[in-house]
Amino acid sequence: MSNIVSYEERIKSFSWDAAKAELGLKDGQPFNIGALCSDRICALGLGAKTALIWEGSEGKERRFSYDEIRVLSNTFAAGLRGMGIVPGDRVCLFMDKIPELYIGAIGILKLGAIAQPLFSAFMQDSLITRLADAETRAIFTTTRHVRKVRKILKDLPKLEKVIVLDAEGFQLGEREVAFSMDSAPRVESFEPFPAGPETPSLLHYTSGTTGKPKGAQHVHGSILSQYLTTKWVLDVQPDDIYWCTADPGWVTGTSYGIIGPWVTGSTQAVLDAGFSSSRWYEFIQKHRVTMWYSAPTAIRMLMKEGTELVRKFDLSCLRHLCSVGEPLNAEAVLWSKEAFGKPFYDTFWQTETGAIMIANYPGMEVKPGSMGKPFPGITATVLDLKERQPLSKPGTVGLIAFKPGWPSMFRTYWRNEATYKSKIVNGWYISGDRASIDEDGYFWFVGRDDDVINTAGHLVGPFEIESALLQHPAVAESAAVGKPDPVNMEVVKAFVALKPGFEGKENLDLEIMNFIRKKLSPLAMPQEIEFVKSLPKTRSGKIMRRMLRAKEWGEPIGDTSTLDDEG
Amino acid sequence: MVDDNALRETVLEYVKNEYLDDDDDRGVGPDSPLISSGIVDSFSMVSLKTFLERKYKISIPDAKATPEAFDTVNKIVKLVKEFV
Repeated sequence: MSNIVSYEERIKSFSWDAAKAELGLKDGQPFNIGALCSDRICALGLGAKTALIWEGSEGKERRFSYDEIRVLSNTFAAGLRGMGIVPGDRVCLFMDKIPELYIGAIGILKLGAIAQPLFSAFMQDSLITRLADAETRAIFTTTRHVRKVRKILKDLPKLEKVIVLDAEGFQLGEREVAFSMDSAPRVESFEPFPAGPETPSLLHYTSGTTGKPKGAQHVHGSILSQYLTTKWVLDVQPDDIYWCTADPGWVTGTSYGIIGPWVTGSTQAVLDAGFSSSRWYEFIQKHRVTMWYSAPTAIRMLMKEGTELVRKFDLSCLRHLCSVGEPLNAEAVLWSKEAFGKPFYDTFWQTETGAIMIANYPGMEVKPGSMGKPFPGITATVLDLKERQPLSKPGTVGLIAFKPGWPSMFRTYWRNEATYKSKIVNGWYISGDRASIDEDGYFWFVGRDDDVINTAGHLVGPFEIESALLQHPAVAESAAVGKPDPVNMEVVKAFVALKPGFEGKENLDLEIMNFIRKKLSPLAMPQEIEFVKSLPKTRSGKIMRRMLRAKEWGEPIGDTSTLDDEG
Repeated sequence: MVDDNALRETVLEYVKNEYLDDDDDRGVGPDSPLISSGIVDSFSMVSLKTFLERKYKISIPDAKATPEAFDTVNKIVKLVKEFV
């Protein structure tokens, strides 16, 4: 039987207090996510249970019990304290999906510091934007990635400690210190920071249409949402082997790749290797993965390899499959039924929401292509595009919005309260995505309401790409938009007007693509560059991205009355 | 006809120049994993594919441009040879 048992019944009698009671939390008494994910599980008598099965790209395997997670996270927390890090400081995690990333996050939370995970594929410009904005005091990294930090160190005066986790035999540089999780003296006991529901816990950067990426600030109270959604949506059960394929550099990888599985006392498996269909199937077969949380792009990449490859493996262990990051198309749901004998259940949420908001639940009828229904305790609607009032007519497209107040809602954008406030309109949090609701209450995703590009489930801001493009010597002006892609939903396309003398230069587009990849990240690299004489602009000089985007999507260009005739 | 060794050297050089930092001490050989080791990912693969298509005046169908087919220099050589 599924954990949720009946979605309808849960809706009728829902209260977040149920989660509080199950986690043993009492109003007014402190708690700490780090301790709830480790110390509490051991106190329940599950210290010997495997918490983490980790496999590296070369096949090396490591296993950690809950008691080891408890002690090693204490070791991280004490190590940071010894370096002068105090509660409230921002501590970045910048590394591949190695055990230290998962355990280190728990240690940072236990100390009361704010964990700031960053995707390891970020290059120097992406890094500097996020580390400078957060005024990060310490960063955990490895010899493989420390080179990127070294290049920007001079621009980060607040970054006092660069903590290298595998420094044995490595020549440490300026501000660098060595800390080895395996060889540091183990700390048996550490008093976790007495956090409250509003104490900051994590800082996840997300991209918007304008300006630099913003840090969505989360709090320890988010645990209620993460706990219940892991149980009721992902249906994680005591004997499950759970695999979340997301990188903790993104919010899915922390809410459901660290916190969700460990606060429920589950065993999670992590594969630290690049994507390969056969390797993924081999991993599921070898570790007998039962619950799999992945993303539509990955599912579509698996689809490309066909069901023949699936048949070469024994994947009968799979019990429940979920997906997140972008809309899961009906074809992918139907294919997963054919390939694995069960559908992927789509879930919808964002960096800002901290936990799953709309989902398809075990036992509920799945309408292929639908996002599902709001999680119990979540008030969701679609708002009129102009008036920002709830729409009542089924099938009408509007803005997905949520009534603020759920436990995992972000509390602000880091030092950017004005932008946070702009997201709350008429008492609703505006998500920036469009959808419609059918007569049965199912949500159907339509697309973004702004210029942000959703590529493979990751939001990429056009402003960040355009700013980097302008640093290339050949680029006079540019616009970045999302163009449709059968696998990644959208990929970045850049329109570039060149400076005089650069026209016709061989392979200039390839050179600019690689330039962006090396400055920002592979995700931000335009997959196509179109050279244009000039870009369409308003009379006030603002580039009209929406016109370029509409062209890519074959949509009407819309109102052009403000277009500059010279543009 | 493209010479195997020359093709292998070209791909290897491109990978080293474009995907590894100057001070990256990871050695990359013809059979080193590129995708599964994280040196190249599915997004970065696009620029590598574009480079190969232009250099050898070929078109590699998307269905053939899988992470598996791009996982080592030798596999890339085999893929390119299918189309030259």
